[in-house]
Amino acid sequence: MLELRKDIFADERDDNLKEIGKGTQRQDMLGHVTGTSTYFDDHKLQGMLHLKTVRSTHSHARLRRIDTTDAERSPGVRRIIRGADVPRNLNTLLSLINFGIDDEPSLAVDKVRYKGEPIVAVVADSPREAYEAMARIRIDYEALPSVFDVEEALKPGAPVVNETYPKNTFTYYDKYDHQKLRFGDVERGFGEADHVLEQRYQMSPIEHAPTETNGSIAAPDTNGRYVVYTSTQALFFSVDTCAKILDVPSNTFHFIGGTVGGGFGGKVDTITEPLAILGAMLTGRPVRYMLGREEEMQYGPPRGAERIYIKDGVMRDGRVVARKVRAYFDSGAYTRLSSYAAVKCAAHLPGPYTIPNVYGDVYCVFTNRTPATAMRGFGVTAMDFAIECQMDKLANLVGMDPMEFRILNAYRDGDMKAHRREAKNTALIECVQVAAEKSKWPLRDQFKRASSRKDGGGSRAVIPPTPRDADAQRAAALQQRTTYDRAPAAAVREAPPASQPSPPPPPRPQAPSHGAARFSSVFGTRRR
Amino acid sequence: MSKSALQFLHNGREVAIFVDGGTSLLVTLRELIGDMTPKFGCDQGGCGACSVLIDGELHLACLTLAETVSGRAVETLDGLKDGPNLHPLQRAFADNFAAQCGYCTPGMLMAAKALLDRNPSPTRADVVEAISGNICRCTGYEPIINAVLGAAAGGRTRA
Repeated sequence: MLELRKDIFADERDDNLKEIGKGTQRQDMLGHVTGTSTYFDDHKLQGMLHLKTVRSTHSHARLRRIDTTDAERSPGVRRIIRGADVPRNLNTLLSLINFGIDDEPSLAVDKVRYKGEPIVAVVADSPREAYEAMARIRIDYEALPSVFDVEEALKPGAPVVNETYPKNTFTYYDKYDHQKLRFGDVERGFGEADHVLEQRYQMSPIEHAPTETNGSIAAPDTNGRYVVYTSTQALFFSVDTCAKILDVPSNTFHFIGGTVGGGFGGKVDTITEPLAILGAMLTGRPVRYMLGREEEMQYGPPRGAERIYIKDGVMRDGRVVARKVRAYFDSGAYTRLSSYAAVKCAAHLPGPYTIPNVYGDVYCVFTNRTPATAMRGFGVTAMDFAIECQMDKLANLVGMDPMEFRILNAYRDGDMKAHRREAKNTALIECVQVAAEKSKWPLRDQFKRASSRKDGGGSRAVIPPTPRDADAQRAAALQQRTTYDRAPAAAVREAPPASQPSPPPPPRPQAPSHGAARFSSVFGTRRR
Repeated sequence: MSKSALQFLHNGREVAIFVDGGTSLLVTLRELIGDMTPKFGCDQGGCGACSVLIDGELHLACLTLAETVSGRAVETLDGLKDGPNLHPLQRAFADNFAAQCGYCTPGMLMAAKALLDRNPSPTRADVVEAISGNICRCTGYEPIINAVLGAAAGGRTRA
């Protein structure tokens, strides 16, 4: 059972709540039904200006020339912002925990890597005047070959999307071009299996489509500070991201948020706040930057596309004895959070099943598509879709009922999981039993009697002999590690030996900077 | 840019303002009058977050030119309460957990009010039809439909 360490939190609050079984009104419900809940856009400030961005019309192009002279003379224009105006015009979201290299500009300077990438920001008295000025900006593009497919992007000679990662894959631990999971010997498993089934699965990007689009309003406050009303889902994360990009201490900002018109993961990327604040810094006026619906749908970050290959070996009696997975996350042109999604995906393999031989390779790939981000269970959702489709096909292959097939292969308490942690508090069997009961799906007695608490462990708790990879580790290009410069210098990482096949440990901040590492909500310990 | 004078009833109160040509009713309500209850969701008539009543009829404020409401009565969620008392629809939405992020709620409530004003005893299908122009991305439509039906039933018992 779950152990609640109340001794640790003894002085925090009394958790002996008696809430179950009775309704409790949400504290924000009265505001919602009266329309008085205050979203970021419900602040109208004296002298507020409006910021809009000119976005790339190309998926991949060099920027030859950007001419804003005409736009600067356009009526109502207060300021044109270029990449050179952004104090630190390169960032990667997870740099706050020293994970990944700064790879994304706030405003593109030399190159655009996806259609819709912001290049120039216009701050004007009204949205209309901003749009009129935008129409007068001339950008000369030199189109470059694009790559939109994850597997094409990994082929030799593929266009380099993002020079920070010349192989078009995120680099883990300065060394690995993918996440690896090795447990037992899948090839031997396939050799012994009665059937082997290999399938390809694919999921397209999914837009969160919140009813309120991404946006923020920044306004100069007293003492050189800025108050920022924002739709962000990750308030403290956004504060620190803005502090880094604008190169000021984070206490420069007073962020106000919390009332958000739908997020689902699409409002964690801090895409509007840095430019809104910079606009306020450069004009001394409140500045509002809100995405229109088309921008939100086209250029707002979606759940990333994934392509997944699963090869399974199954016995006639229904036991899955080997599972080999190759998965590609389409991160789009920049990392954002997909590097982490791939880690989460590798940790999720082979799904909630006990399989003695598991092999996984998970890649975070760069393409010229819209950068992807978090969305409810990202890293796991598409893999689960693939795994569960595969389970249905396997059940069909061996002539078993799909629910009974899952109970047979389900993990149980005490089993060894592929990433070498003991399975605890497992409940898949019980979930399947309840689902069968609710849907009046007949299960045979032996499956009705099965329990997650019985028949686990023992031989199922053994870590099987695991062969080392035969092929030499393909070394990723040597890269300069960039860290947040207010953090202590990054220590030299203890890299595992090249031939060590055990999976790398989960990413861990080795030099926490100003407490940023504590923002666990960014890393999925909370629901997105 | 030329401005034109505009007079209309906003939740029963007469307002007189000047608007730029082409200004939408949504921008007029939010930025010139300061009524933040209609929400900006898409600015293209696709989501219903800006729904208001014009002379009792449901309209999308983002697609309505401000000048067209001259001399007419515009109702928004801001006018739904009766003093400190919630409207039965507001009470029913709260009781039925019919709002999560709350952003579609003002439009949903106005669409529901338009329905109950002309049909106090709607069927479930009537309610579904009435809110079909309003997109909700988190609450889910079931609690909203139940709330509208609940408000209609409550109204009948009281009558």
